[in-house]
Amino acid sequence: MSTTTYREALRQALIDAMTADADIILLGEEVGVYGGAYGVTKGLIELFGESRVIDAPISEAAIVGAAVGAALTGLRPVAELMYVDFAGLAMDQIANQAAKSRSMFGGQMGVPMVLRSQGGTGRSAAAQHSQSLEAWFLHTPGLRLAMPATVSDAYHLLRQALTQPDPVVFLEHKGLYALKGEVGDAPDAPWGAPAIRRAGSDLTLVAWSRMVHESLAAAEALAGAGVSAEVIDLRCLNPLDLGPVFASVARTGRAMVVTEAALTGSAASEIAARIGEHCFDWLEEPVLRIGGEDIPIPVAPALERAAIPTAALIADAARWLVHREAPPWA
Amino acid sequence: MSNTAPLARYRTMRRIRSFEERVGELFLKGESAGSMLHLSIGEEGVVGVTDAMRPGDSFTTHHRGHGVFLARGADPARMMAEIAGKATGYCGGKGGSMHIADRQLGHLGANAIVGGGIPHVVGAGITARNRGLDHVSVAFFGDGAMSQGILYEAMNMAALWRLPVVFCCINNQYGMGTRVDRSAGRVAFAERARAFGLAGAWVDGADVEAVHRMAADLLAGARAGQPAFLELSVYRFYGHARMDKSPYRTPEEEAEGRRRDPLATARGALLAAGIATEAELDRIDAEAGAEMDAALAAAIAAPAPAPEAMFRDVYAPGTPQPQPQADRLRAILAEGSAA
Ligand SMILES: Cc1ncc(C[n+]2csc(CCOP(=O)(O)OP(=O)(O)O)c2C)c(N)n1
Ligand SMILES: [Mg+2]
Repeated sequence: MSTTTYREALRQALIDAMTADADIILLGEEVGVYGGAYGVTKGLIELFGESRVIDAPISEAAIVGAAVGAALTGLRPVAELMYVDFAGLAMDQIANQAAKSRSMFGGQMGVPMVLRSQGGTGRSAAAQHSQSLEAWFLHTPGLRLAMPATVSDAYHLLRQALTQPDPVVFLEHKGLYALKGEVGDAPDAPWGAPAIRRAGSDLTLVAWSRMVHESLAAAEALAGAGVSAEVIDLRCLNPLDLGPVFASVARTGRAMVVTEAALTGSAASEIAARIGEHCFDWLEEPVLRIGGEDIPIPVAPALERAAIPTAALIADAARWLVHREAPPWA
Repeated sequence: MSNTAPLARYRTMRRIRSFEERVGELFLKGESAGSMLHLSIGEEGVVGVTDAMRPGDSFTTHHRGHGVFLARGADPARMMAEIAGKATGYCGGKGGSMHIADRQLGHLGANAIVGGGIPHVVGAGITARNRGLDHVSVAFFGDGAMSQGILYEAMNMAALWRLPVVFCCINNQYGMGTRVDRSAGRVAFAERARAFGLAGAWVDGADVEAVHRMAADLLAGARAGQPAFLELSVYRFYGHARMDKSPYRTPEEEAEGRRRDPLATARGALLAAGIATEAELDRIDAEAGAEMDAALAAAIAAPAPAPEAMFRDVYAPGTPQPQPQADRLRAILAEGSAA
């Protein structure tokens, strides 16, 4: 196994899947000649040609809509939104068309497409290019939702997404493309199963995408402070399989859910609610949500950093929860 | 036409170019907020449009809107500070290059969503009509927005309601790495507008005086209830944003494109017409350079916004703002959840 990057693992997943399945096409802005705004599709137009790697005009609604039509008629399209913030332009096609066709039409036809996009902060890309909008998709029955945190998952979740019978929203993180790691064997866990990234006994930290790394860094710092934190990477938010989380909380008695998204109405809220419902008897403390501030992301670098959770904030909150040690900022 | 107007337009174009060059420096010094900085070098001919606007007129821009705003009277120091994400910027350092706005100068907002600002001019047109104001609203956007459905919805409304609105497409031949002939089945944008019932025109954006004559006519028409569309044909001199080296176009094409230089064209015309001497134009250039050097220095020296600034202005002053996370955690962990 050789070391690669999150970006390269995604690219390899597309190459391998497209080689294996001639029905897979890519459709999006700058996916061809330019090679993708973040380089994920570099060289694919040379490998697979212009009829399978399609540079589209800046027409998000029609890009997703055309992908729906291609999926309904037998292809397996990968539509790309350059930034998840542009989902607003395509939301009807995502939520009313792709998500609902199977159920609305009585199960006659599915929409086996993948909608790739990326979100998150870290580049001073400002309010309209930095959001974490997974809750929009989580709130839409009929969609699957995957958010890889690791290099291996970047590869395997994308390969799995490209075998699903229903539309999968696949959200990458702009701050993870350069992440280095290895692509391991295909997970034997079923599609969507969470992964325990670090074992611990005092507290369960639940995260996905880039916040897995902040949570792991927090767990490392907490270990030095006498707090043993377990870190669970959800990997997929739909299907949302919280069984392993409940089992973990039953052992630790404490849970924190960490998200980069604006906290109110976020996926973390749903997950925290489910932990509260299922683990009531085991909980020693309230289930705590740590999230992005409920504000549009500011462009100023220091403010952008302050608007989302860091490892330090997660560790501070965890010590507060476990040992009642209030941090200096509180 | 007096001689002062062409000379003033040359000065404004030079100020834009100098400003954009300093934005490039700001980035190279590591002082910009991020790298998503889109320079309007090569597009200065838009001054022909902004010069046909009046106080009270409003406008929206796309992400490549520094030049338009400067031409409408912006303070370059406050613009540069915004691009650096500083407290002294037009939006307090929260918006950045792609989100500069100034209500006082009629700038309803730069936008990072392609096409996002276009329909706002329709609303501004309704305001002008309902209040009996003689104001025009101009949407500035790129050729990329010609592919967004919202443009067509907005143009139809403007035509239907005969609003005082102008749609100004700055066609710099590229949307990121995609040349216009790879994004449109037929690249005759003004025709599309005419099909909707707008006055539709094309002009060489390298010739600011031609732009101005055309824009003056179209804006006068818009004020009288004939909304319009104007395509400025220009060339994007540099990459899409600061990190883009434009590998998708040839050096020959770029050299050819950069020959369509609005400043060189204007300079030649001013000299040929005897409106200004080389020395006078050189002095204008030097003054613009010094002004923008000062703006750059001021932006670098300016303070960053205070962290608590991010909780302000999410909602109107005097109404509840979002609760900071620290306060929420304190309420739960220190005071008990019933507190
Ligand atoms: C809705 C939307 N889609 C895609 C993008 C990404 N994007 C930013 S600028 C750009 C190209 C825009 O081209 P054009 O409108 O011609 O403006 P230019 O950059 O050439 O000035 C693209 C695709 C975006 N910001 N918003
Ligand atoms: Mg363009």
